[in-house]
Amino acid sequence: MIDFRLYMLQRLSALIMVPLVFGHIAVMIYAVQDGLTAAEILGRTQGSIMWFLFYGSFVVAVSVHAAIGLRTIISEWTAMPMRLVNILCWSIMAGLLLLGGRAVLAVTWLGQAPGVLS
Amino acid sequence: MPDGSPKPETEQRSLRVKVWRGSGGEGGYETFEVPRQPSQTILDVVTWIQQHSDPNLTYRFACRVGMCGSCAMMVNDEPRWTCRTHVDRVLKGDELRIAPLRNLPVIKDLVTDMDPFFDKWVSAEARHHPTADRHSDFAAITPDDPHRLEASSGIECINCAVCYAACDTVAGNPDYLGPAALQRAWTLFNDARDEDGDAILDAVSGTGGCHNCHSMGSCAHYCPNELNPMTAIAGLKRATARRFLTGRGKRKPS
Repeated sequence: MIDFRLYMLQRLSALIMVPLVFGHIAVMIYAVQDGLTAAEILGRTQGSIMWFLFYGSFVVAVSVHAAIGLRTIISEWTAMPMRLVNILCWSIMAGLLLLGGRAVLAVTWLGQAPGVLS
Repeated sequence: MPDGSPKPETEQRSLRVKVWRGSGGEGGYETFEVPRQPSQTILDVVTWIQQHSDPNLTYRFACRVGMCGSCAMMVNDEPRWTCRTHVDRVLKGDELRIAPLRNLPVIKDLVTDMDPFFDKWVSAEARHHPTADRHSDFAAITPDDPHRLEASSGIECINCAVCYAACDTVAGNPDYLGPAALQRAWTLFNDARDEDGDAILDAVSGTGGCHNCHSMGSCAHYCPNELNPMTAIAGLKRATARRFLTGRGKRKPS
């Protein structure tokens, strides 16, 4: 049971993720050449608008994509009422946005990121 | 045949045939002994049982030559057109198991209610939306027109519902329109004489529409006419996505 708009949104979010995944992997391979330390990562990412937008859009795309995919799987494999499935998947999307957003802020914000415990 | 040589397998043994009996969702398998014969089809087996063992056995057939699409059943748990399925091809040991088509309500024994299957053809707008009247010229469509080729690839469907019975997405989602209805919709979408491509795309974009297909390919695997509804469904997905992104519905004939 899938809504056509959700179907398109899931494909579009996948299209956004493809270059971001390759960008992420490429940077990882490049970055570990000189050893991987927290200081080295934070030195590159903290205060960078570019990395904030890169991983920020990644988190948004992943949250949307995963929530729609799980909605389809849950509705096909369980007898859960659709209303409950929708509530569950909205919650999953919100959770992914919260956790992902917190992680992005933690590595791109200069100084102590808001809402992030040291 | 020289003395002492083994008899052909068909003369050596009979078949143990388990046939599903019942109605209204209740029933079970009943076993019959059926003589083995050369070039015997599954429909021959069912007919033999009705004529020689139990005249109450209910089943459906018409043409016996793979044209009408009436006689499809589950044979050893796989959907088959029984009039063209030879026992040799599907026999495992000496036993056959014959049941009504999956994913459809059973009326009695081997006869299913085909209404849900055909109702979905209507729901998919798989009907002609005419452009011409009796005074119009014939539509000139060349055999190599790409739209004509797309339509031709699905036009030999005999409505047997084998693909519908094979589809796990239908099994999991009773609202899903199914491979046959969607393939018919795609055929009409590619027909230059059909004027309402948008109505077709709207109909196949609902909650039971083409986007539910997981491209598992059971429809193409089991189609007795070797059609490929999965490809037709992929065509509908592309057409609906193109309309979503560009606003353009049906492509004009080239």
